[in-house]
Amino acid sequence: MAELNAHIPEGELTEKWTKLRSSMPLVNPANKRSIEIIVVGSGLAGASAAATLAEMGYKVKCFCFQDSPRRAHSIAAQGGINAAKNYQNDGDSTYRLFYDTIKGGDYRAREANVHRLAEVSANIIDQCVAQGVPLAREYGGLLDNRSFGGTQVQRTFYAAGQTGQQLLLGAYSALERQVGMGKVEMFTRHEMLEVVVVEGKARGIIARNLITGELERHSGHAVLLCTGGYGNVFYLSTNAMGSNVTAAWKAHKKGAFFGNPCYTQIHPTCIPVSGDHQSKLTLMSESLRNDGRIWVPKKKDDPRKATDIPEDERDYYLERRYPAFGNLVPRDVASRAAKERCDAGYGVGASKLAVYLDFKANTERYGRIEANKHNIHNPDKETCMRLGREVIKEKYGNLFDMYKQITGEDPYELPMRIYPAVHYTMGGLWVDYNLMTTVPGLYALGEANFSDHGANRLGASALMQGLADGYFVIPYTIGAYLSKELATKPIPHDHPAFVEAEASAKAILDKFLAIKGTKSVDHFHKKLGKIMWERCGMARNAEGLKQGIAEIQQLRKEFWSDLRVPGDANELNPELEKAGRVADFIELGELMCMDALNRNESCGGHFREEYQTEEGEALRDDVNYAYVSAWEYKGDVSFELHKEELKFENIKVAQRSYK
Amino acid sequence: MASFGNAFSSSIGKKLIMGITGLFLISFLVVHCLINALIFFNDGGLTFNIGAHFMATNWLIRAGEIVLFVGLIAHIVQGLRLTFQNQAARPVKYAVNNGKANSKWYSRSMGLLGTLLLIFLIVHLSNFWVVSRFTGIPTVDANGHEDLFAVMKASFQDIKIVILYVLAMVSLAYHLLHGFSSAFQTMGWNHKKYTPLIKGLGIWYSILISLLFAAMPIAIYAGFIN
Amino acid sequence: MSTGNMNLTLKVWRQKNNNAKGSLVDYKLSDISPDMSFLEMFDVLNEGLVDKGEEPVVFDHDCREGICGACSMFINGQPHGPVQGVTTCQLHMRSFKDGDTIVVEPWRAKAFPVIKDLMVDRTAFDRVIASGGFISVNTGNAQDANNLPIPKVQADSAFEAAACIGCGACVATCKNASAMLFVSAKISQLAQLPQGQPERYRRVQSMVAQMDAEGFGNCTNTGACEAECPKGISLENIARMNRDFYSAKFVSEESI
Repeated sequence: MAELNAHIPEGELTEKWTKLRSSMPLVNPANKRSIEIIVVGSGLAGASAAATLAEMGYKVKCFCFQDSPRRAHSIAAQGGINAAKNYQNDGDSTYRLFYDTIKGGDYRAREANVHRLAEVSANIIDQCVAQGVPLAREYGGLLDNRSFGGTQVQRTFYAAGQTGQQLLLGAYSALERQVGMGKVEMFTRHEMLEVVVVEGKARGIIARNLITGELERHSGHAVLLCTGGYGNVFYLSTNAMGSNVTAAWKAHKKGAFFGNPCYTQIHPTCIPVSGDHQSKLTLMSESLRNDGRIWVPKKKDDPRKATDIPEDERDYYLERRYPAFGNLVPRDVASRAAKERCDAGYGVGASKLAVYLDFKANTERYGRIEANKHNIHNPDKETCMRLGREVIKEKYGNLFDMYKQITGEDPYELPMRIYPAVHYTMGGLWVDYNLMTTVPGLYALGEANFSDHGANRLGASALMQGLADGYFVIPYTIGAYLSKELATKPIPHDHPAFVEAEASAKAILDKFLAIKGTKSVDHFHKKLGKIMWERCGMARNAEGLKQGIAEIQQLRKEFWSDLRVPGDANELNPELEKAGRVADFIELGELMCMDALNRNESCGGHFREEYQTEEGEALRDDVNYAYVSAWEYKGDVSFELHKEELKFENIKVAQRSYK
Repeated sequence: MASFGNAFSSSIGKKLIMGITGLFLISFLVVHCLINALIFFNDGGLTFNIGAHFMATNWLIRAGEIVLFVGLIAHIVQGLRLTFQNQAARPVKYAVNNGKANSKWYSRSMGLLGTLLLIFLIVHLSNFWVVSRFTGIPTVDANGHEDLFAVMKASFQDIKIVILYVLAMVSLAYHLLHGFSSAFQTMGWNHKKYTPLIKGLGIWYSILISLLFAAMPIAIYAGFIN
Repeated sequence: MSTGNMNLTLKVWRQKNNNAKGSLVDYKLSDISPDMSFLEMFDVLNEGLVDKGEEPVVFDHDCREGICGACSMFINGQPHGPVQGVTTCQLHMRSFKDGDTIVVEPWRAKAFPVIKDLMVDRTAFDRVIASGGFISVNTGNAQDANNLPIPKVQADSAFEAAACIGCGACVATCKNASAMLFVSAKISQLAQLPQGQPERYRRVQSMVAQMDAEGFGNCTNTGACEAECPKGISLENIARMNRDFYSAKFVSEESI
C-alpha cells in the first residue's frame, strides 16, 4: 500500500496556511507568461481559478461543455454562502466555522484543509462584493445574513434564492474580463475525454469539440479539474442534466486516486418524484428550513388535507427529536428522519413519500411584526397572513414560484410536500493540502475533489469551498509545482502520449457507435440510478451493497452489448456524449458500492443500517475507520484501497449531537 | 483626441435621433393643431386666416420651418434605415410568431404606420403647403388675408380626400400612441413616478390631436363649418 | 413509460447543421402526462426517435430548474412558450390541451446562428460581457465587504437586473432581434452599485459597441422583451443604459 502524503504543513493549526503561503515558492512574472494552465470546468471553482491565474499572468485555457461558462451548475445553488464574518455579533469566528464544518462532516474531514477554508471564507465575501455581486442587504446598507443547518450562528450570506447564480456571474465576469484581454482562451462546448500524462506528470488533455466532433489536443504545464460532482450516477438528482464524472473518472483511470466515493449527500428538502417521466429533481433551498416547520400527521395514512389537520395532531418530528437544532439539523440527519417517518407509514401525498414543510406559523409571525411596523395594532389573522406572505415572498419568492410551477400547488396556501433527493457528492478525487491529486501537475478543485466536507457537507459550504479553492488556494499552491517546471517547454502535440490518449478516446467513441444494440443511453442510466438509489442510497447494508455490485456488473455487460447510439462521431451528437458519461457512471457506481461496503460504520451521508445507535443515529467507528478511503484504479474496473489516516489534534472527536 | 465617436452611428445614437426628432414633431403637431382648430370659431375662416397669415409671414416661424423639415426628413430617413437594419437582424423569420402575446400591434408596426403617414404627408403638403407657399392662394378674405380657409373648404368637399385624411389620422393616433412614451424611454427618461404620468399623457395626447385633426375635414364636409 | 393521456402534434424545426436547409417536421405524441415538463415531453419524443433508429432532436438544456439559461425553444410563437415568467424547462404540459398542435422553433437572429435543430450559438452574449461587463478588480484587492454600505433599495434594484440568466429570450422575441435588454441588465446592475462607478462610462460605451458589432437589431421599445423575460428584467434598465450612454458620449471627456 502506497503511503499517501497529504503534505499538510507543520506548525499550529492557525498558522499552517499563513506560513505556507508566505514561504511558498513563487514564479516570477516573466516566467508566468510562458506557463500554460488548463482549467476544465467553469463553475465557481473553475471560473474563479481561471480568472485569478490569468490575473497573475499565467496563460490559461478554460474548457466547458456548456455553450457558455455562465451556465455551469454552480448557478443553481440557491441558499447562500457561509463566511466567518461575525457581522451578526453572535459569536461567530474562524474557529467556530472550522468546528461546525468538521462536526457537520461527522469527523471525516482533514482539520488543516477545513481550517484554511474557514480562514479564507471572509475574503471570499469581500472579493465578491468588490466584483459587484449584489448580496442581500439590510436597510442600514450592510450585508444581511441568514441561518443554515448545522450551525447556531447566522453566517450565511445570500442573494434571494439565487446566491449561486450571483456568485457564479461574478466569477464569470472576472473570467470574461480575462478572455477579453486575451489572457484566457475559452473553449465552450468542449468536453474533456482524456488526461495526457507525460513522464508521470499531467501535461495536457484531449477534448472533444462537441459541435464538430473533432478530438483536440491541448497541452499545459498543469491541469486543473473543476468539473463538479457525480450525483447524476443516481440518474435522478438535483444536478443539471449534463453534470457528469467523466473528467474526474478519466483522471482516476490515469492514476488519480478517488477519495471517499460513497459519501453522497441526500438533501432533505426537494420536490418529490411525481412519475416515471421525471428527468431531474428540484431542490427547495435549505434556507426554507429557517422559516418552515417540518411535520407529518400523527396518524398513519391520514387522508385529510394538510390544512385540515389540527395542530395537536401534527408531529413536528425534527423539533421533537432534536430540540436544540430543531428544523436546522444538518442535511444527513434531516433526510434520514424524513425517510424514517415515511418508512414508518406517516408519509403524505399520493406516493406517501413526502413530508410537509409548513410556513404558516412564520408567515403569521412575520405578519405581526410587519403590522407593528405599519402601526396596525391588534391585527386580525387575515391581515397578519397577508403581510407575512409579502415578507415570505421577498425572501423566497422565486422558490415558491418554482414549486408552484412544478407541482401545480400554491405553497402560500398549502404546505410544501418535500422528500430527500441526491444533491451533492462529498467524495471526489483525492487531493493533498495543495489540491494536487496523486498525479503530479493534476489538480482537483471544488466539488470534484473530496477534501473539505468529510462525510456530510453543511449547507452553504459548497459555494464557499468552490470559491476558496479557485480564488484563494490554488493561485498560491500551484506555484510550488510550477516553480519547478520553468524549464519545461510546451509539450509538442505529436508526442506519443498525446497520440495514444487521443487514440484511446477515439476508440471508445467508435465502440459506442459500433454496438448498434437496441436500448438507448437513458435506458441504462435509469436502471443504474434505480440500483444506486436502492442499494447505495440513504441507507445501505452489506447484503444490499453486494447485490448492488453484482447488478451493476450485469448492467455494464448489457450496456456494452445492447447500447444504441444513433448518428456519427464527427458531428454534434448528444446521445454519444451521454453514452460516454453513463459508461463512466456505471464504473463509478461499482466503486461507490465497494467503498460503502468497505466502510463498516455509519458517518454523515453514509448510513449503514447495521451501524446505528438505539435511537437510530449514525454510529461511527473512530478506531477502525477514521481514515479517508483513497481508491487506486488497477485496470479493468478493479480498484485498490489506500488509507489516509485522519488526525484530530485540535478538535475532540465526539458523538455528533444536535439534541 | 476625444470625439463624439460613434455617438450617432451606434444603435443607441440612432434611437436618439428618432427620439429627439419625434419629440420635436410632437411639439410641432400641437402648434399645427391649435392653429388649425381656429376654424372652429366658425367665422368663415377669418380667425384661422389670421393665424395662417402669421405663420406664413413671421420670419422666426419661417426659419423654424426649415428646422422642421430637417427634423422631419431625419425622422423619415432614420426610421426607414432602422426598419431595414432591424429586418436584417433576423434573416430567417419565424413560421409562427405570436407577437400579440407580448406587445401592441402598433408598437410592432411603426415602420408601416410611418410609411402610411409619409404617403399622406405628400398629398397633404401638395394640397396646402405647396399652394400656400409656392403656387399661391387665389382669394383673400374679408380682412384682406390670403384665404387659406377657402382652399381648405374646397379640398374637403371631396369625400375621397376626407376619407384619406381620417384614415391618416387613425394612423397618426396609433403612431403617436407608441411614439410619445417611446421617445421618453429612448431619451432615458424612465422613472417609477413620472413614467406612468407620461404614458397617460401620451394616450390623451395621441387621441386628442388625432381627433381634432380628423374633426376638421369631417366638420367641413358635413357643412358644420362655413 | 409515460403515464398521461394527452395526445399532441409537434411541428419541430429540424436542421442538420448551420449550412444545411431546415424545415418543420411533424411528430405525433401520445400518452403525455400533464405533470411533465416541456423538456421531459421532448425526452419522450427523443426516446421514441432513438428506438426507431432516427436521430433525436437536439436542443440546449442543462439545469432544468430555470436558472442556467440554457433552454431556448420558441414555442407557438413565444420564447419559452405561453406561460410568462418561466423558462422552457419550467413550462409544464398542463399549460397545453389534449389534441394541441405545438410549433417549436429555434431562437432566430443573425447574431444567434443555428447550430443544429433547436440549438443556437449564443456566444455573442459572452463577447458582449467580455467587452466590459465586469468590474476590474483582481482577486485579493478587496476591502472589507461592510466598508461599503449600499442602500437596500439600490442593492435590490441591482439584484433585479443581475437576475438575468442570459437565455436570449429577449433577442428571440424582439421583432428587431435586439439585445438591449440583456446588455442593459448588466450595465444597469453595475451602474447602480458604488463598485461599478469607476468604469461606468467606459463600460456602457464598449458594451454597446460590441453589441452593435455582433449584428443585433435596434430597440424600438415594443416592450416584448420585458413581457417575455423569464426573470422579469425591466425596460427601466434600457432607459438607464441610454442615459449612461448619452452621458458617456456627450458629457464625459473620455471617448472610446
